[in-house]
Amino acid sequence: MLSVLKNRFEQGCRTNRYPKEKVKVFPRYRGRPVIQDNISQAILKACAASCPQDAIDVQNKKIDMGRCVFCGTCENASNGLIKFTNDYEISTSERADLITSGELPALAEHAKQHFKKLFGRSLQLRQVSAAGCNACEADLNVLATPFFDLGRFGINFVASPRHADGIVVTGPVSRNMKTALLQTYEATPAPKVVIAVGSCTISGGPFTGSPEITEGLDKILPVDLFIPGCPPHPMTNLHALLSFFK
Amino acid sequence: MSNAFLQISNAEKVCRKEIPHLSFDEFRTQALDMVTDGGKVVQYFAYPDKNRLKLLAVLRTDKLFVAGCDVPDPYPSFTRICEPFHLFEREMAEQYGIRPQGHPWLKMVRYHPNYSDGTADVFGNDYTQDIPGNYTYYQVEGQEIHEVAVGPVHAGVIEPGHFRFNCIGERVLHLEIQLGYQHRGIEKQLTEVPDKRLPILGENIAGDTTIGHSLCMAQNLETLTAVQPDQGAQVIRTIALELERLANHIGDLGALSGDVAFLPPANYFGRIRGDFLNLSLLICGNRFGKGLVRPGGVRFSLSNEIRRVLNDRLAELRPEVTHVLELLFNAVTVRARFEGCGTVSHEDAEYLGLVGPAGRASGMAYDVRRCFPTEHYPHINIPKNKKATGDVYARARVRYDEIHQSLQIIESLAAIPIETRCVSDGMAYDLPASSFSVALNEAWRGEVSHAVLTDENGKILRYKIKDPSFHNWNGLAMALRDTGISDFPLNNKSFNLSYCGFDL
Repeated sequence: MLSVLKNRFEQGCRTNRYPKEKVKVFPRYRGRPVIQDNISQAILKACAASCPQDAIDVQNKKIDMGRCVFCGTCENASNGLIKFTNDYEISTSERADLITSGELPALAEHAKQHFKKLFGRSLQLRQVSAAGCNACEADLNVLATPFFDLGRFGINFVASPRHADGIVVTGPVSRNMKTALLQTYEATPAPKVVIAVGSCTISGGPFTGSPEITEGLDKILPVDLFIPGCPPHPMTNLHALLSFFK
Repeated sequence: MSNAFLQISNAEKVCRKEIPHLSFDEFRTQALDMVTDGGKVVQYFAYPDKNRLKLLAVLRTDKLFVAGCDVPDPYPSFTRICEPFHLFEREMAEQYGIRPQGHPWLKMVRYHPNYSDGTADVFGNDYTQDIPGNYTYYQVEGQEIHEVAVGPVHAGVIEPGHFRFNCIGERVLHLEIQLGYQHRGIEKQLTEVPDKRLPILGENIAGDTTIGHSLCMAQNLETLTAVQPDQGAQVIRTIALELERLANHIGDLGALSGDVAFLPPANYFGRIRGDFLNLSLLICGNRFGKGLVRPGGVRFSLSNEIRRVLNDRLAELRPEVTHVLELLFNAVTVRARFEGCGTVSHEDAEYLGLVGPAGRASGMAYDVRRCFPTEHYPHINIPKNKKATGDVYARARVRYDEIHQSLQIIESLAAIPIETRCVSDGMAYDLPASSFSVALNEAWRGEVSHAVLTDENGKILRYKIKDPSFHNWNGLAMALRDTGISDFPLNNKSFNLSYCGFDL
């Protein structure tokens, strides 16, 4: 018992004060990408060619955060003219908004304001892991740890879709998980939300082109919230949930 | 014993014509001899070569061996004589439609159509149905027998898989594990995608083992293209692999603690695990180490500032980790739940060919870092870490030891002020024609291995991935025998195997 108490004092209170205070991340973190106005067509072309995800649209000078895995290859290739900022608040309510040169609409002002009334005080989510690499699941799981403590906002992950207000999907939805995913969605009572977490879920991500997967959850379910990243930083997840529902 | 197999080194380029191409009978006799004598299967797979199917096996004793042969279809199953071939033979049947005659349990592995056009499906599945369900599970009969079916969607934020328990009362007689729900077709994709996508696919095989899998891919491509990463890069990669081990082992101990309802360490370790993930982010910008390892070296160096922060954080974390470890392992209630739970005997572990902490907990000392060291490991002394009891306690205790060792390894490596030239990404690899390489690394779950074969034009002909989970899932099934079904979560966590690493 003494040891329990001793450890309790050593640990102290570790919960962050987000959203009142921004949480700082280490400088090498790669968040929202920004394409500088003065980037030349030639450099942008070189970036597009080296991008493993083919996420760069040279014509429109835009980068698709739904395809991007935030590897930073283009940042190197462009000598910083494409820059991954430290900004982790990068989720959107529309798929098209993820295709950007750096500007994002404020998530808090999305069109589905009635969700805030419905789910603002209590949001119960069922997570469905559908063929990713388990990193997105891991960084959703940490939201339950003391540092993030998602429960303090009235948001929880629950065991049954019957108890849930919506589903959080990770992974590129393999053929082998599609039916299970759709059944989980069916089992969730309406009104319900669908949240797509991670590059795989939004576009197929690294597995784009494989016949075993679905390229984009929005092709089979109506997605309300897109959280990009590979995986999204836990703060990205937290920001998305708080801005969209609170 | 005369050995017709060719002895090779870890991550060594071998010309394919140097690999002994044996007659099937000789291949079979030699492979079976080696494995029944205590050898283990590292890789065993089929590949197409000019419209013919061939087999290739990489076996290990205290050395690595390779040989191949043509495959007669059907062929007499090896599994009947030697269990470690079990899943490999099923995998070959699924991937290429090759039927192992007399296989004791020929069922699908991942539920996907085979890669050989026009070859009949071994399992008689109709793949237009997109659920892996066309299969009659193993059944136990009797009046008081009942079945519990769990998954694919589990009651937590975890990966999908199906577990079928045959129980009498609370006691599990048999657990059958059916995976495949996470199948993305990675092996096939790796032979088709442009080179720039290879490292990205490699690090997304299993996100919690990003560094382990990336290292295997990088080492193979490096040895094939004759590129040697500098010493600084090797040090950083070693640090990254140990950080990955630390984060996962600490997370596992926290989860084990939660599963026996001892909540303080569960919460503390949950948070501390995140701190170690953040150290990976400190180095490379990603909590899982994605983007760090690339063929040729690393993409991020350790600047003095990064080194300073890393050392400061480690100095801060070490006492916390030590104290919470003591809190967990000194609690008698925890020991009472861990000890004697889910025992896998040394004999069973040998028979199944378990690897990693699960193997070491059952008395198998094998550790790639010591037996076939890569990167900076030849300069590091890795203890044997083996335990005798094979229960949840032993599996937890191996992690306890390895946490202390990894901390020390990282501290000593971070002190080496060595520079590296960062490599860039998005490039093409000029692979040599008709070559082969296999790489092994000790990731936190155990032996990860990738094998690459190139064709006569230097294109990747076959890319074979093996996650340690491929060896260990049957260990979990074995641990559950005669165990209370309520101890499943505890046992499951003590193995903490990868679904996506298995499903590919």
